[in-house]
Amino acid sequence: MMDLPFILNFLLMCAKAAGLLGFVSISVMFLIWWERKISAHIQSRLGPMIVGWHGALQTIADTLKLLLKENIVCREADKLTFWLAPLVVFVASFLPFVAIPFSKNLIAQDLPLGLLYILAVSSVGVIGIFMAGWGSGNKYSLLGGMRTAAQIISYEIPLVLSILPIVMMTGSLSMNTIIGAQKNVWFICYQPIAFLIYFISAIAEVNRAPFDIAEAESELVAGFHTEYSGMKFSMFFLAEYTNMFVVSVIATTLFLGGWQGPLLPGIAWFLLKVYFLIFVMMWIRWTFPRLRVDQLMDFAWKFLMPLAFLNILVTALVMALIK
Amino acid sequence: MWSNYIATSLFYGIAGVIVIFSILSVTLKNIFYSALSLIVALLGIAAIYIYLNAEFLALIQILIYIGAIMTLIIFGIMLTLKISDKTLQQHNKQQGLSFLVSGALAAILILIFIRFKTTEAVSLKAVSLADIGKELLTTYALPFEVISIILLAALIGAVVISSKDM
Repeated sequence: MMDLPFILNFLLMCAKAAGLLGFVSISVMFLIWWERKISAHIQSRLGPMIVGWHGALQTIADTLKLLLKENIVCREADKLTFWLAPLVVFVASFLPFVAIPFSKNLIAQDLPLGLLYILAVSSVGVIGIFMAGWGSGNKYSLLGGMRTAAQIISYEIPLVLSILPIVMMTGSLSMNTIIGAQKNVWFICYQPIAFLIYFISAIAEVNRAPFDIAEAESELVAGFHTEYSGMKFSMFFLAEYTNMFVVSVIATTLFLGGWQGPLLPGIAWFLLKVYFLIFVMMWIRWTFPRLRVDQLMDFAWKFLMPLAFLNILVTALVMALIK
Repeated sequence: MWSNYIATSLFYGIAGVIVIFSILSVTLKNIFYSALSLIVALLGIAAIYIYLNAEFLALIQILIYIGAIMTLIIFGIMLTLKISDKTLQQHNKQQGLSFLVSGALAAILILIFIRFKTTEAVSLKAVSLADIGKELLTTYALPFEVISIILLAALIGAVVISSKDM
């Protein structure tokens, strides 16, 4: 006989994973519709209006269309890599959800190293982008994949460095402990520069405009996912919006007090803050032009990184003086 | 009893994955596949760390080895000429020398494991992050600084090599 707690534990894990997967799918469907509406209104259009109230069901219709589309694999493609790449990208974007605190008790697993876990597992996604770029057997895909990798490696450094002051102040990597430390004052008040560095790097990490040279349509057709269609393409799409959600969650947890707030329940505050940050990211995407490759690299290495180091030094100095 | 059995089979499963993919990474003809096999092997090592309660080490393993080093290796592969050529040569003519070096390393490791005998099981407690930080800056301050200097030298060297027309 297998002992019962093990089976129960296993079933519980499966239930949590299924719940999170359901949440991710619904959230992404909402975000896609939202982005289309926001972009439309910024450009003085109406956006999708036909399917459902103000086009609210448009994404469902599009998803069905993508599911029914023919699965095209090019002759030059490396079949195995081509097939695996969307899976690697999506799994890497989904894994961080284990340590995301939706509200006080609504967290799949409050890992003591939660923040590090999120950073570690989401860094695997770039391998999937490489696989997609290489496996497609297409020079635009390859170039797009390489640009993405260069960008993600560069911006990961200021991103992690901007998180360090928060970890120094709380002395913990657990998401719930960090939120608990912001009971009275949000960390954005103590660390506004860190927040700005984090937010800029995060936009670059998820490859969105003005940092979307990885899929610059005018130069690269569509970057690493040029050859993908149907269900595999939708996996990349799902991963992109999931990544946006995850980086906004980290920003909310580290700088905006997480699920804490008056009156409303924790989950409502959490979702409000996260969706607000996503809204800001969309707003930036549709109002700023794209940077050039060299500008992008210069900005990360010559401006953001020294600034992040300076911020760490100042934080350490102030902490030492207060003590 | 069952959980013990599961734990043991899990260990051998992970170990098998590491061995198989390590061999694949040095024998496959396609250099991109070699890199991907190495990633799976490194992930397996991270899994072993988690199995041994060393979560911090496991996460650092993923973050640095897969997130950074493997990304750079693949980047290097992609920058080499004829990358779309599926039969890119990944072997060179120094098999004798490399056999000698890896054989010596294996012999040393085997010797260590034969000599190293504990009468009692080593207790595996999770070490807290604060403890790791304190140890690094007090007991192990010297090795820590030496590693920093080596890394700095490597960094400067890379800049010098890459900017030939300085």
